[in-house]
Amino acid sequence: MKIVVAIKQVPNRDAPVRIAAGGKWIGEADLEWAMNEPDAHALEEALQLKEQHGGEVIVVSAGPERVAATIREALAKGADRGVHIVCDDLGARDALGVAGLLAAAIRNENPDLVLTGLQSEDLGLGQTGVILAELLGLPHATLILRVEKTEAGLKVKRELEEGWFQSIEMPLPALLTMQSGGNKLRYATLMGIKRAKTKELRVVNAAELGENAAPVAILDRISAPKKQKKTQILSGLPKEVAAALVEKLKAEARVL
Amino acid sequence: MSLFLVLEERGGHIERVSWEALAAAHRLAPAEEIAAIVIGAETEMLAAEAAQKPVGKVVRLEHPLLAPYTADGFLLALEQLVRRDEPRYVVLPHTYQVRDYAPALACRMGQVLIGDVTGIEDGAVFIRQLLQGRLNGSYRHHGDGPCFVSVQAGAFRADALDADANVKPAPIEIFRPALKPAQIRTRPSEPFRESAQTVDLGSAQRIVSVGRGIKAAENLPLIAALAQALDAELAASRPICDNGWLPLERQVGSSGHTVAPRLYLAVGISGAIQHLVGMKGSACIVAINKDPDAPIFEVADYGIVGDLFEVVPALTEAVKAG
Repeated sequence: MKIVVAIKQVPNRDAPVRIAAGGKWIGEADLEWAMNEPDAHALEEALQLKEQHGGEVIVVSAGPERVAATIREALAKGADRGVHIVCDDLGARDALGVAGLLAAAIRNENPDLVLTGLQSEDLGLGQTGVILAELLGLPHATLILRVEKTEAGLKVKRELEEGWFQSIEMPLPALLTMQSGGNKLRYATLMGIKRAKTKELRVVNAAELGENAAPVAILDRISAPKKQKKTQILSGLPKEVAAALVEKLKAEARVL
Repeated sequence: MSLFLVLEERGGHIERVSWEALAAAHRLAPAEEIAAIVIGAETEMLAAEAAQKPVGKVVRLEHPLLAPYTADGFLLALEQLVRRDEPRYVVLPHTYQVRDYAPALACRMGQVLIGDVTGIEDGAVFIRQLLQGRLNGSYRHHGDGPCFVSVQAGAFRADALDADANVKPAPIEIFRPALKPAQIRTRPSEPFRESAQTVDLGSAQRIVSVGRGIKAAENLPLIAALAQALDAELAASRPICDNGWLPLERQVGSSGHTVAPRLYLAVGISGAIQHLVGMKGSACIVAINKDPDAPIFEVADYGIVGDLFEVVPALTEAVKAG
């Protein structure tokens, strides 16, 4: 099975968030970057499918030069080759603009299966995979926890709300967006990291892909969220704050 | 009609989150300009329910191939109706189902869904959360095509609608899209649950909930001891259940349970939106987190910024002593 995994590099989960001058995005200067966690689960699923059924795993990612490090990480975990869509204006594109880049890079690969995470941890749009399926003309399913290859194509386990699930059968080629929790992420081995250096990482310039439509949904401004409640912050030594909290829960909130 | 409101059915009724989407739609168009869309193989009852609400009309988008839900079926059916009427807005509740088809529907119209919206300001400016709730983003729609918007659960008040309820039910029309079986490429099964439930978080009066901050499964007894001292149920955010440290039935959030206890104590939970929607209705919320900017503090009544490994044992002792 030839599997393409679309991954995104996002700010590290614990990275400090500061609004940059201009108020349109966060300051990126001293950020650390990581592979978007749902995408890491998509990669893991692809690697497991390859181990069971053979084939090839290709990772595709769009973004500036720093994104190459995240692609190398995927290669170190076992992906066979990478495609880096070099693009310095990722933030100025909307979901359709980004999916357009990915679709243009993936189309010629003619994959049997395209996997990606259900959403990114930075913008959290949760749309790129679904739009990608539409642009590639593939059937899709979202929030997938398990993938099983069948004679006719795939049988997948989809998460529904409030603890419900369903199975979906679909033909190949297809696209799935992966939910976290369905598989356990592997670590790159030393050997894997060594091998990754010799694997193919093809660089494609976004400009060559001809995907330059003006965005429809525009992020004008970012801001700190308004507090929904007036929070009383208790401070002091652990013992003191613990005693103060118990007192408040009894006397003020009356929940103890 | 200048605005389509797509309603979602569950268990034979319109879901509450759809009425919250209607409350949001009222910020964009007057009631008489809103067409409420019900979708399925048999929509008569749903349409009658919708006609009672402050909308201009109800459209039954009906075809045998629209049950059960498939992305292909809903997309093709809604596309035909949107092309016929060319509404200015298409408003949907931000459910798992909508997330599954609405981005592709918008794409087919050359549009982009502005998803998971928590507020609408004049302009129209749509507010949605970024970076797991740590920031808000203000979005605008550009261009002439329909503007697709999905509305987050719990962000708009549905209860105010009933005051404006129609004296006379809104008119109902039926639209039968052209669909062929071969166009539906996926075959979904009936929904199922994994295992029998042994806890009932929904009716718990006190909940102590734990997140990523706990770092390792070996540290869970610390939290369990606090829960026991408080006579509270133990719950968790998604990563804890993903790791198998606690069973899925103890997960709070959009993919787990929605709870509203008298006391919700969140330990080491940053408060990503998927978690907040499941617990922000709690009467009293306490958050313990090392990050003072964690979004959980936005909904907390009491906050302790500190190391949970120091604060939690002290709190357990204080509860026992008190």
